Amino acid sequence: MEALDSLFHGFGVLLTFHNMMLMLVGICLGILVGVLPGLGGPNGVAILLPLTFTMDPTSAIVLLSCIYWGALFGGAITSILFNIPGEAWSVATTFDGYPMAQKGEAAEALTAAFTASFVGSIVAVMLITFLAPWIATFALRFGPPEFFAVYLLTFCSFVGLGKEARHKIIISLAIGFLLAAVGMDTVSGELRMTFGSIEMLRGFDFLVAVIGLFGISEILLAMEEHLAFKGQEAKIRLKVVWQTWMTLPRYWMTLLRSSAIGCWLGITPGGAIAASFMGYNLAKRFSREGASFGKGKIEGVLAPETAAHAAGTSALLPMLALGIPGSGTAAVLLGGLMVWGLQPGPLLFVEQKDFVWGLIASMYLGNIAGLIIVLATVPLFASVLRVPFATIAPMIIVSCAIGAFAVQNAMFDIWLMLGFGVIGYIFKKIGIPLAPLTLALVLGDKAEDAFRQSMIGLDGGLSIFWSNKLVGTITTLALIMLFWPLIGKVIDMIRGSGHAPASAPTSESSRP
Amino acid sequence: MSDDPNADAALTSTRNVEVVVMALLLCVAVFLGWDNWRIGAGWAPDGPQAGYFPFYLSVLLGGASLVGIVSALRSAELREEVFVGRSAFGRVLRVFIPTILFVFLVQLIGLYVASFVFVSAFMIFIGKLSVWKSLLTGLIFSGLMFYIFDVQFNVLLPKGPLEAAFGF
Repeated sequence: MEALDSLFHGFGVLLTFHNMMLMLVGICLGILVGVLPGLGGPNGVAILLPLTFTMDPTSAIVLLSCIYWGALFGGAITSILFNIPGEAWSVATTFDGYPMAQKGEAAEALTAAFTASFVGSIVAVMLITFLAPWIATFALRFGPPEFFAVYLLTFCSFVGLGKEARHKIIISLAIGFLLAAVGMDTVSGELRMTFGSIEMLRGFDFLVAVIGLFGISEILLAMEEHLAFKGQEAKIRLKVVWQTWMTLPRYWMTLLRSSAIGCWLGITPGGAIAASFMGYNLAKRFSREGASFGKGKIEGVLAPETAAHAAGTSALLPMLALGIPGSGTAAVLLGGLMVWGLQPGPLLFVEQKDFVWGLIASMYLGNIAGLIIVLATVPLFASVLRVPFATIAPMIIVSCAIGAFAVQNAMFDIWLMLGFGVIGYIFKKIGIPLAPLTLALVLGDKAEDAFRQSMIGLDGGLSIFWSNKLVGTITTLALIMLFWPLIGKVIDMIRGSGHAPASAPTSESSRP
Repeated sequence: MSDDPNADAALTSTRNVEVVVMALLLCVAVFLGWDNWRIGAGWAPDGPQAGYFPFYLSVLLGGASLVGIVSALRSAELREEVFVGRSAFGRVLRVFIPTILFVFLVQLIGLYVASFVFVSAFMIFIGKLSVWKSLLTGLIFSGLMFYIFDVQFNVLLPKGPLEAAFGF
């Protein structure tokens, strides 16, 4: 019940005119970001981060997290109406959403998608409300070895659960860590990998990397394909919304299953993308009419959207409770915390009650407001895509440049952003995932500090990571995650199935 | 996308790009590994030295890119895959080269004027849209950016002679 008290306190913090306005602005900007190609959750938030430098942290996080919710909602619009996933996590929504729109059921599909997103988010937010404070209290007992073990767990599950080829995930992680290590070493004060350059001394700011890797590269990719948007009509009448809502209780099992998958994959850094595909596939398998999936079935829209939103939302849980983001966007928000002068980690729940509970309260309100706004404004945002791409593309590039410059007021960062844009373009095309790189770049220094603090006074033995039950369990779990594909194979072999395991790494499945 | 039979002539295959990228990463890994070895990647009395963590990461990166080279060379599927077609690459350059020019302009005349020039010129020359529409769009966009960032939120962005003439 303590959580409920804190939550009401959070609503108290949130319910000021100023914060409510920011919430609305954030959601509208977020939907726009979700609809436009080249802008997505992570870089949309990164570009707008400079606007919040002068705000107080609570208002800032309300604005930015609402951009995130908006982006999650917005991704569905383009998937259903234009068959173009605005975000990677809405790829699975196109399978049934677009056929529905072609049949003239666009309004039903959109209503279903938005409502499903809403359900997924609310389930995840409730999970955060009750679980996060508990995890944070538990984590207050963590020392450096425990924290390092948790970081290890995060990175190992990326490698073990990722859909891309293992060596590509490892490359992505290693580059992120190395970039994070450039500059002054925080422990000894020595300079590392700067090669005498003054610009390198500051190190690489991850916001610049995110804007380049996700924003500029996305524009380059979008230019490659002819962008002729041919969309279906988008008008949602209240009657249709009501009728669609009446049919939804029938699919409670799908909604519940997808929410659970989403929450699980969001907390472990599998991410929203994996969750949406998994939600879709499981719904297909369990449905009595599985064969008609892909031809415009409402369940095929509900399942991936619920899972993607549940995952996107619950990715904030480890960020709040442990200071370890579960997704790219969560990583950017974490970067925001540091910019505003807050120390991410379990102490946040003790020292920054207003901030944490204001954020959690804004998750509830933001999703309700988001649902209403998105239902009302679909035609408006769909018309954005009818604007010629030659108009939108330079504007997005200018916004990216502003975002990159404003981080540290450095011209060099705009050039760096362009460089990262090219790297992102090439990496995306050869299937090297970018999310591990972002996460490693954000957490690199912290992970290294935790490692070195645990090692002080030891001569290179790694036994500290098995020195007590807690840290031992986490470390072992991390190793299990790392070798999960191998373990899966062994289990299959013992069962004597002899078939090729379904979890074999495929490098092409994750490409846009 | 790439398996479209009507796709334009391939500039290069995905396999070629993948091998080159992996080889470059290998070079980077060796170079960084050497640099970190130089500053000390061993064990000091008080724990690991400054180069310890990055050194082993370089080793990891090098190992993974070796695996990448081998697996890309062995894959027949990737050899067939088109990395980018000629006309598609042309379109990519048509946005990337103006972007580089834009960044140069930002350095010379400040961000707001540069973004006006960039947006309008892009719309006119690449988008083939009507001149007055393009100029108006560029003007409104730059003005809006100036209002939001400079006036409302006090975010300092690079400015040039024009802003100075107006006393900003």
